Amino acid sequence: MTAHAEPLDKPYDLPDDHGHFGPYGGIFVAETLMLPLQELNEAYHRYMQDSEFLAELDADLRHYVGRPSPVYHAQRWSRELGGARIYLKREDLNHTGAHKVNNTVGQALLAQRMGKTRIIAETGAGQHGVATATVAARMGLECVVYMGAEDIKRQALNVYRMKLLGAEVVSVEAGSKTLKDALNEALRDWVTNVDDTFYIIGTVAGPHPYPAMVRDFQTVIGREAREQMLEMTGKLPDALVACVGGGSNAIGLFYPFIEDRSVRMVGVEAAGDGIETGRHSAPLCAGRPGVLHGNRTYLMEDEDGEIIETHSISAGLDYPGVGPEHAWLKDEGRAEYVSITDREALEGFHALTRLEGIIPALESSHALAYAMKLAPTMRADQTLLINLSGRGDKDMHTVADIEGIQL
Amino acid sequence: MSRLTTRFNDLARTHRKALIPFITAGDPDPEFTVPMMHAMVNAGVDIIELGVPFSDPMADGPVIQRASERALEHKTSLRHVLDMVAKFRRQDSTTPVVLMGYLNPIECMGYDAFAEAAGSAGVDGALTVDMPPEEAGALAPMLENAGVYPIFLLAPNSTDQRIQTIGAMGKGYLYYVSLKGVTGASHLDVSSVERKLRQIRRFTDLPIAVGFGVKDAETAAMIAGLADAVVVGSALINIIEKNLDRRETIESEIITLLESMRSHMDASVSA
Repeated sequence: MTAHAEPLDKPYDLPDDHGHFGPYGGIFVAETLMLPLQELNEAYHRYMQDSEFLAELDADLRHYVGRPSPVYHAQRWSRELGGARIYLKREDLNHTGAHKVNNTVGQALLAQRMGKTRIIAETGAGQHGVATATVAARMGLECVVYMGAEDIKRQALNVYRMKLLGAEVVSVEAGSKTLKDALNEALRDWVTNVDDTFYIIGTVAGPHPYPAMVRDFQTVIGREAREQMLEMTGKLPDALVACVGGGSNAIGLFYPFIEDRSVRMVGVEAAGDGIETGRHSAPLCAGRPGVLHGNRTYLMEDEDGEIIETHSISAGLDYPGVGPEHAWLKDEGRAEYVSITDREALEGFHALTRLEGIIPALESSHALAYAMKLAPTMRADQTLLINLSGRGDKDMHTVADIEGIQL
Repeated sequence: MSRLTTRFNDLARTHRKALIPFITAGDPDPEFTVPMMHAMVNAGVDIIELGVPFSDPMADGPVIQRASERALEHKTSLRHVLDMVAKFRRQDSTTPVVLMGYLNPIECMGYDAFAEAAGSAGVDGALTVDMPPEEAGALAPMLENAGVYPIFLLAPNSTDQRIQTIGAMGKGYLYYVSLKGVTGASHLDVSSVERKLRQIRRFTDLPIAVGFGVKDAETAAMIAGLADAVVVGSALINIIEKNLDRRETIESEIITLLESMRSHMDASVSA
């Protein structure tokens, strides 16, 4: 499947009514989920135009999440690298430490409006699970988080946080025991408990309306950043850089800039041990279109169409698919997608920590590492905005392990 | 005429209901599948649903998930499954075979290539679990052109409007998922199945098969009293899984269960 390239000369209004971004997206689920998805779609469209709902969402983002998050000019790091001036959108300063909460606050309000009493979620690194357990605790909703057994091992701290918040964390032993299997299991739960349960998907994947809905809740990142950059620098940034696993922080930053053709948009996938080794999580760079988890998008699959195991130092990027809107933006040429290895991501991690006193998440470190390549190729009057999607506290054990340090 | 239509016409003439076993191709290994298909036909089944293994079977419960995993350990791909059907057809030209699986292996092979290969292998129907009618506009006509009926699911929460749409698109039979949940769940509710089938029949004349939650001969007999066909899957795969170390007993235990379902179903329908 290839997209029919159509230049972006008209207002951007995707997806269509059935959730399609060109050939991507859509609703690929078993019949039992069709009605709940339709109900969700109706509720989402209704409340996104409901001023009372939007006011409550806005108040929660301001007073509970701590928005707006600042844009920070990383002067010392910029000087060190030479070239473009680098700015960071500080999503790491949000409550719970990452961009994930922007979406869970929104979906939880929607769940409440729809009268659902039980929340389920899938999680990889645990950030989305924590952000979901957080809003569920606040609203007094029952919360079950599905997490691959492998991820539970490497993210013990987040598992404990979710439990403290009152969530039940279910270890998923099927398949590769990672994020994709947790998503399968959450879908199985949802199909069994559709009447009282709201499924909060954590990224811009899944069946329609999730890719559009999660995007809309995350675009607060880009809307704020656009204004902040105009205010701080007097112009739009020349380039945006964000890491892409499922792609929610990237689309949240990119979306409000899609029609600003002068702004270059770069999504950074996880190259793991290197694209050439096959041990990576870079479907846009090295995969092909297919259907998984309710939508058509780029996937990592073998020659028979079986989904293959992915690898990344960062659990949050360790996913064989990617949001369908990114697949479309790639085919259209509106965004570029590149990849960064585990080793390069660690260099980005250390650089920001040592030069700016900010410890980034390993996911975000992929974006930082690519910026280290890109910034020196740009002029000093140009600006580069990186989405610092999360803080690195959760990754202390991973980084220490790699450096042979016992904590 | 399609083998599926012929089969349902014959059953209607003799006032019998179809017994449809589901096994995952390649489970516990690829050599097992074709002989088992013949043995099930000898035990009195009418149509065979053959599961195509997939790495991410999101509509299946743990039993069929593990069957898929065992089959994939032997690299049982969609192409292998089509080879198995072709092999089965050399000895059996009348029993309909329906493939049941997920869309991605078909996307990977290519819609036209799959439709052509399935048709020439002797596949009679394809039920693609994660392809609702809304997304079937490209594949369904290609399948029909190749003589393979697109088979669709109905669920307890399918609305009148959806039943109409799906009834108009489906061919061969409709597969009613008896409960909200995944395969192998244990709480099939006969009276709610009865109510829903009445609703479905207002909109379609296609035969209706009922699956999900049929565990034993008694349940099969009750469903046979309501529907045109009874699908049994996880109960058979449970037998495979429990006897992985005693391969020789798998076939006889599956046959015993199917024969018992057959006789209970025939007795309940003629009663």
